[in-house]
Amino acid sequence: MLEVRDLDVSFGRARRRFKAVDGVSLTVGPDETLGLVGESGSGKTTVARVVVGLVKPDSGDVLFDGKPLGPVGRRPASLQRAVQMVFQDPRSSLNPRMTVSAVIDEAWRTHPESAPTGDRTAGLHQLLDDVGLDATVARHRAGELSGGQCQRVSIARALAVKPRLLVCDEAVSALDVSVQSQILRLLVDLQQRHHLSMLFISHDLGVVHQIADRIAVMRRGVLVEEGVATDVLSDPQHEYTRSLLDAALELTKES
Amino acid sequence: MTVSLEVAGLVVDLPGRDGPVRVVDEVSFDIAPATTVGLIGESGSGKTMTANAVIDLLPDGARTGGALRWQGEDLLQVSASRRRRVRGHEIAMIFQDPLAALNPTQTVGRQVGEILRRAGRPSDEVRRRVLELLDRTGIPEPATRSRNYPHEFSGGMRQRAMIALALAGSPALLLADEPTTALDVTVQARILRLLRDIQEDEGLAMLLVSHDLRVVNHVAHQVVVMYAGRVAERGPTAALLSKPAHPYTRALVDSVPAVRTRTALAHPLPGTPATPANRPSGCAFHPRCPIARELCRTEQPAVREVGAGRWTACHFAEELVG
Ligand SMILES: Nc1ncnc2c1ncn2[C@@H]1O[C@H](COP(=O)(O)OP(=O)(O)OP(=O)(O)O)[C@@H](O)[C@H]1O
Ligand SMILES: Nc1ncnc2c1ncn2[C@@H]1O[C@H](COP(=O)(O)OP(=O)(O)OP(=O)(O)O)[C@@H](O)[C@H]1O
Ligand code: SF4
Ligand SMILES: [Mg+2]
Ligand SMILES: [Mg+2]
Repeated sequence: MLEVRDLDVSFGRARRRFKAVDGVSLTVGPDETLGLVGESGSGKTTVARVVVGLVKPDSGDVLFDGKPLGPVGRRPASLQRAVQMVFQDPRSSLNPRMTVSAVIDEAWRTHPESAPTGDRTAGLHQLLDDVGLDATVARHRAGELSGGQCQRVSIARALAVKPRLLVCDEAVSALDVSVQSQILRLLVDLQQRHHLSMLFISHDLGVVHQIADRIAVMRRGVLVEEGVATDVLSDPQHEYTRSLLDAALELTKES
Repeated sequence: MTVSLEVAGLVVDLPGRDGPVRVVDEVSFDIAPATTVGLIGESGSGKTMTANAVIDLLPDGARTGGALRWQGEDLLQVSASRRRRVRGHEIAMIFQDPLAALNPTQTVGRQVGEILRRAGRPSDEVRRRVLELLDRTGIPEPATRSRNYPHEFSGGMRQRAMIALALAGSPALLLADEPTTALDVTVQARILRLLRDIQEDEGLAMLLVSHDLRVVNHVAHQVVVMYAGRVAERGPTAALLSKPAHPYTRALVDSVPAVRTRTALAHPLPGTPATPANRPSGCAFHPRCPIARELCRTEQPAVREVGAGRWTACHFAEELVG
């Protein structure tokens, strides 16, 4: 369904030009979750931004259902809607002066076919409830929310237009673990009922292990390992993946 | 025991559409020099506002109550000029959202060196210190990278720039709000080691606000758990996380997934998280609590001692800790 082939991305000009993504290929199948993990600064967000059309690659193909995705400005509305992203810094991806209800309304205005057919307020409250937010939050401005509340609003905004591919960049990292598992359950549920595919970027290997079918590991712009989630995390093949697992902390619980 | 920061009955009211909203309600805990207090809890429970109160960066119109004793002096009472002097030099903060906290129009190097420049240090010394800090926080090629703007950094690099900026003034107390969420675990380990070294060498006290219970378990000496603006429980880390004395802490601990084996998704708590504007009666956790009784609906539990250094705000804590 999503196919990324031989992606190269560089930043900077002339002598300061450097490759942030170097020959990355990956696929996300229908109803599948691909976990993307790896070194900080290795190019994960850059890959995600190419997929949603915010960064232009030097070369490579990004195909959705076999068709090229292209930059966001030239994407047909239906494809724009189909591919949604939850950004790494939730606070800066929301306009602090906009109320939560205006944020969701804007998404529905941009893609009217995804707006609730009946009562909009009921639809809004359902959406907020799904992401663990009280209905009273609707009247707040984004600037008056906690970090995790902003993050849930970003998730709600992405889900509001019923995407087919959701790109999650550290989308649950500002949430307490109880709300985190509620959101992950919601995503898994949407996946099963509404055919949602996910590209799920996270540094929390425990969370990735819970939700991903397959995992790809990046380091310095390159994909170093890829495989079935439990295989990669229980029996890593690449040295870098092993070093990640060695550094990962566990919470040892009382049995 | 010497205390570097004493948070005593801290109250924060923020202006809301329908009158003031209490987002921090009678929160108390101490931080001793060279120790770390982990502040965990519900998203929206007032952790960031607690830290913001300490560093005097509350939103406009906020009102405070209680006391924040910093080396004997109540920060809520001192003059504005004294508070400005404390901020950055004695107490520094790593903000939760680096992209929002950093200035988009200035290079990273310039921002990290700002506090030193303002203190009148010579420019070559400032530059040396900036590069050293970027290097110690694991930014590759610090000399080149210090000339980048924040948007040219990855999320984790911005977070490290934020850490370097906070450490630049050699503070005695560091308020670290989710300092490692954007870091891979090897960089995370490096940052935690760096902070521990500074703690050992310079006696740095630290308030670590985090949703990552594994990190808190690894570095914090004491833990404070917040729910709906109040302290749910507090106590020594190992005891608190292995045998919680509050059902909310229990739910949190039970939701932490393992890394090396696949954990099923935890069952969510019933209902939605409390908000300050919509606070349930009695114990704010009662609509979601698996062991709630009638008493919980009407009586707000006081924070009381239930064992060596362990304090909880649950009527029935004995059923959990025995
Ligand atoms: N707009 C930009 N201009 C210049 N360099 C950039 C830009 N965006 C990203 N980079 C650089 O590209 C590299 C990859 O960054 P990216 O944000 O994709 O990393 P990441 O894997 O998401 O890291 P993290 O886990 O820290 O978020 C980094 O070296 C970063 O500094
Ligand atoms: N500027 C503001 N004006 C009004 N209310 C605010 C403002 N900032 C935060 N709040 C409210 O205060 C409460 C406490 O927020 P705070 O940011 O301290 O939560 P937190 O515990 O840090 O949560 P998180 O883990 O999600 O970051 C939240 O319910 C939030 O909605
Ligand atoms: S006081 Fe009652 S509702 Fe509150 S945590 Fe304890 S048992 Fe649960
Ligand atoms: Mg990133
Ligand atoms: Mg916060």
